[in-house]
Amino acid sequence: MAMDEIVDGLSEVSCDVLVIGGGTAGPMAALKAKMKNPKANVVLLEKANVKRSGAISMGMDGLNNAVIPGYATPEQYTKEITIANDGIVDQKAVYKYAQSCYGIIEELDSFGIRFLKNENGDYAVKKVHHIGTYVLPMPNGETVKKALYRQLRRARILISNRYMATRLLKSSDGRIAGAVSVNTRTAEILVIKAKAVILCMGAAGRLGLPTSGYMFGTYENAANSGDGYAMAYHAGAALANLECFQINPLIKDYNGPACAYVAGPFGAYTANNEDRRFIECDYWSGQMMLEFYNELLSGKGPVFLQLKHLHDKTIEEIEHTLHKVERPTRGLFQEGRGVDYRKESIEMHISEIGFCSGHSASGVFVDDNARTTVPGLYAAGDMASVPHNYMLGAFTNGSFAGLDAMEFADNHDFGEIDAGEIAMERERVMAPTKREDGIPPNQIEYKTRRLVNDYLQPPKVTRKYELGMRRLAEVREDMQERMIARNAHELLRALEVQSIMDCADMAAHASLFREESRWGLYHWRTDFPEKDNENWFCHTLLSKQDGRMTSEKREVQPYVVPIADDEKDLYDKQRIRASA
Amino acid sequence: MPLATYQTSVPVVVDDAKCIADKGCTVCVDVCPLDVLRISDMTGKAFMAYDECWYCMPCEADCPTGAVTVNIPYLLR
Repeated sequence: MAMDEIVDGLSEVSCDVLVIGGGTAGPMAALKAKMKNPKANVVLLEKANVKRSGAISMGMDGLNNAVIPGYATPEQYTKEITIANDGIVDQKAVYKYAQSCYGIIEELDSFGIRFLKNENGDYAVKKVHHIGTYVLPMPNGETVKKALYRQLRRARILISNRYMATRLLKSSDGRIAGAVSVNTRTAEILVIKAKAVILCMGAAGRLGLPTSGYMFGTYENAANSGDGYAMAYHAGAALANLECFQINPLIKDYNGPACAYVAGPFGAYTANNEDRRFIECDYWSGQMMLEFYNELLSGKGPVFLQLKHLHDKTIEEIEHTLHKVERPTRGLFQEGRGVDYRKESIEMHISEIGFCSGHSASGVFVDDNARTTVPGLYAAGDMASVPHNYMLGAFTNGSFAGLDAMEFADNHDFGEIDAGEIAMERERVMAPTKREDGIPPNQIEYKTRRLVNDYLQPPKVTRKYELGMRRLAEVREDMQERMIARNAHELLRALEVQSIMDCADMAAHASLFREESRWGLYHWRTDFPEKDNENWFCHTLLSKQDGRMTSEKREVQPYVVPIADDEKDLYDKQRIRASA
Repeated sequence: MPLATYQTSVPVVVDDAKCIADKGCTVCVDVCPLDVLRISDMTGKAFMAYDECWYCMPCEADCPTGAVTVNIPYLLR
């Protein structure tokens, strides 16, 4: 039978811990769960192939948040991340990460993942952030996925590739009970019963439409269509601060990092059309992005990454990393444009909007054990709410999730699953394959994402948002009533666009709820232009209550590391002042 | 509503002379994060069936015979 031909089938399996998503956090969560209880069954479910899935498909060029003794302390890191996020941080989770991440680096090192060391054999950490020093380059970072895969095989983790999870299942007592998934090449349904489930499904990276118009030319791995956010939402889990969008400064059109974290420590910097610096610090924060956006639109725009002042050997070293690791086609792109870093600066632009706690502060709400608000359900990596967690955060928080989920599984039996719920989900998933005539998923997706750009990307304006939500509701109706999928691959895209639509609705709802401006460009509401600490120094939690999207405030938990008054606005002072 | 076929020039190119998919190799199809490569029924060789590419490179990097080339999608180039 030909690949992609639709097969009508359903099977059921069970495991102790189900990890969904085999990118970065997922493999670590699965490993830690299995190490905690080697007798237990751990299933790692992946929409693509664990060998090459996720944000680090081709490796990573560095750790952006390494808290390494001698260079930084957990207290200092926690303080910096709190300030960079305008204070809206539950520090406990950040502090726990900061205390544990060095151990994870050592563990990754033992897996054969290499980090830059100096001549004494110490980690060669670089300064990129506003205050502290946390960037550890990985010039040989292309091997990350291979090293992880070896560990998964050694630990006998059960890997199921090419299954897309569509909905979580809960028992009547509200506890997690498993998930429904669909084979992306046959459309067969697989129901997985589990005592605990860990969501590691990456960012919502296919939310806005890239300015190139190419739907898959996104900043994030385009496979990351926000399925985890949608699944958590429909399972009743709370999602935090979704109005804090992710927007990145990138190579224009290529839409990948330029990348100041790699080139900055060698002396490269972000410049305007006068070859001048205009921001104090190249670390990605909402405040920095606002200055970047302002400069782009000003008479001094556009914005560039400047390397041409550096020595040839230095540029060669930078190229070696940029063109080999993380997004290796960067070199090919520049070659096609005829851009030589020695002579010409790299034109930059800002990315489409997305959700991603890797760089911002939104996501499925989790505590310091990676627990969501649904018992037995965990989340880690780019989709969970621990702010600015990057790759090392995915590994570290994934590790917390794996350990705690296995403990939960050891203490609970399988939850009861209502057969009617599975039947309903099967019908929902297969609906686009049952229609003879209609609109293909790529058109529904293009229109949804174009509306996201037109109405939801900052600056945010209430009236525009209201119009955008009306338009999106019309497309949702088309999606639910008229979308067709003629083979299993199209069904995969049809299911992804449903996640994208859910994320667009959540982005709009969350943004309208917070009636102030915060996090620089990420939540810049021009009709509420000021930061309003009196009313909005809080998290916002979005959840599905009685079938309806609801938002509420949640207090910021007492700080573990105090922030002095004169430190609170350090990230607001990004723009370089003209000096006398 | 009738559907039309939309023409695009695809970014991933496979050299049929080097491709050993007809001998059972499926590496590029296996590793693609977007699942856009397939083996042709007609030629037995790998090809890009869906223009949904993140120009990420696993197909090229993991191909055992160097048959796969990833180009930048035309709209971005």
